[in-house]
Amino acid sequence: MENKKIIESSSELRDLSQNMIEVDNLNKWYGDFHVLKDININVGKGEIVVVAGPSGSGKSTLIRCINRLEEYQEGHIKVKGVEVNADVKNLREIRSNVAMVFQHFNLFPHLSILENLTLAPIWVYNKPKKEAIDTAMHYLERVNIAEQADKYPNQLSGGQQQRVAIARALCKSPDIMLFDEPTSALDPEMIGEVLDVMIGLAKDGKTMVCVTHEMGFARKVADRVIFMDEGQIVEENDPETFFNNPESDRLKLFLEQILAH
Amino acid sequence: MAVYQLKTAKEPPSLERGAIAWVRHHLLSSTFNILFTALSIYILYIIVPPLLNWFILDADFVGSKKADCGGDGACWVFIREKLKMFIYGFYPESEVWRANLTMALAAITIALAVIERTPKKVKIASILILPIVTIILLSGGYFGLPHVETSAWGGLLLTLVIAAVGIVLSFPIGVLFALGRQSKLPIIKTLSVFYIELIRGVPLITVLFMASVVLPLFFPEGMDFDKLVRALIGITLFQAAYVAENIRGGLQAIHSGQYEAADSLGLGYWSKMRLVILPQAIKVAIPNLVGSFISLFKDTSLVMIIGLFDILSMVKLTANDRDWLGMSTEGFVFVAIIYWVFNYAMSKYSKNLEKKLNTDNRD
Repeated sequence: MENKKIIESSSELRDLSQNMIEVDNLNKWYGDFHVLKDININVGKGEIVVVAGPSGSGKSTLIRCINRLEEYQEGHIKVKGVEVNADVKNLREIRSNVAMVFQHFNLFPHLSILENLTLAPIWVYNKPKKEAIDTAMHYLERVNIAEQADKYPNQLSGGQQQRVAIARALCKSPDIMLFDEPTSALDPEMIGEVLDVMIGLAKDGKTMVCVTHEMGFARKVADRVIFMDEGQIVEENDPETFFNNPESDRLKLFLEQILAH
Repeated sequence: MAVYQLKTAKEPPSLERGAIAWVRHHLLSSTFNILFTALSIYILYIIVPPLLNWFILDADFVGSKKADCGGDGACWVFIREKLKMFIYGFYPESEVWRANLTMALAAITIALAVIERTPKKVKIASILILPIVTIILLSGGYFGLPHVETSAWGGLLLTLVIAAVGIVLSFPIGVLFALGRQSKLPIIKTLSVFYIELIRGVPLITVLFMASVVLPLFFPEGMDFDKLVRALIGITLFQAAYVAENIRGGLQAIHSGQYEAADSLGLGYWSKMRLVILPQAIKVAIPNLVGSFISLFKDTSLVMIIGLFDILSMVKLTANDRDWLGMSTEGFVFVAIIYWVFNYAMSKYSKNLEKKLNTDNRD
């Protein structure tokens, strides 16, 4: 619970009453398959939301809808008040506000670490090269990996690559970070280094939505934990209640399965 | 339970080191391998001495006419006497320096492009300037240079012009068709697929005939395109379809995560393609691309059927010279060597490029 305290101490950055993400009656189908059913979520400024659930429950699909990597058929999503839809101008604004970290890192293998970080700032946000490099080095230092700046992604370990991916996401100074199972592809001994970086971000007051199986992280850092199953939200609670007094049977079963060993 | 000391590294046994190890592992590793090694040595024994005799030992190098070739070997006198024809075709002798200068400039441009340390701006500038300089120099009509009709261009010069134009222009067009084929817009996709499949379904000769014979029928009266230009258009469009397919192969090797990462960083379609997807796709496609460029280089010889005289046609022509009858073998061997030198250079360079670009599996 120690981390929790630190997050709350920087509360001037947090304003849970100010909605950063509003998901309103979201429905999505893959062909005939109803993958998201009537999803409603609001995420406040600086809030850390963890989305948990068995595989195939639609949690990844949900956060991928938020930055429109997936399209949806019904309902609304707003990011900082901007509707997520096909409008190119909206899309540009949303993608500059929302950054995503992927399960498989998705670094660009043909570019050096530094080039991975400066690509979007230079080509999308028209930053001068010098400034982009300074920012990139700042974030690389922050994830403790500055000495690897000139290497290529495949020369790094999985944990290092994921930290680079986080630094790359930070380079455009997003207000919102989406994490799509950021530690699921990592060897066990590397999970810690990535979670540490994420905890650091949480302390800084970034708004975060994390799909993860790391229940320790959820317990320590999350303001709210959402449990999804079969495309719908089954239970939503503060971590204390979520883990200690789960209400629904399905969540109880899920927790038993993943915490049993 | 036990605890073990760390051991220091030792040298491998002497039979596992250096040349001995190489011979043991590569030539004598099994009964089959030993038999195969013996067979190979026997075949070399049969082939090499006669070839050596024909090429060098019995060959004639000095003289100026057919009568000077008395030996059983090759008559290289023929090649030497006709070398100008092979290289420049019917390009006027007084203007040959222009062809030489052009080829020298092309060689410098290629060297600049290949050498890594050249600044990017110099590379791009030299590649953009070269075609303009080439046209001015070869065709003339400017700066007091006498005009030389393209019908007089020939030999290796023509082969190189066609191959270079075909390779350089077909590349960007092919990339656009490859992207078009992947497009979500049905019209663009259909048109791209139609074009690629149509072109790949017909032989180059057909396309050249279309370009040189059929195309002019559609031109208004009095408008006449240069024959070489028509051939270049035909070859470029033909090659573009193959480039498109090669690039498509590369695009399919790119994981969807790369697109998603680029999207989520905010890159638009063209930045995403230019900065993230195409560099990786082209890298994957290099072996196939170079393969099809090598095919193109050899296929340039087909322009002879529309009346252009590339190096192969020049050899055929000179071998029919009354004073030099019976010299076609030497001529074709010479052309084969020329083709091989250029194609092998391309192949070798592509290998280097692959190695240089391989950031995926560095240790």
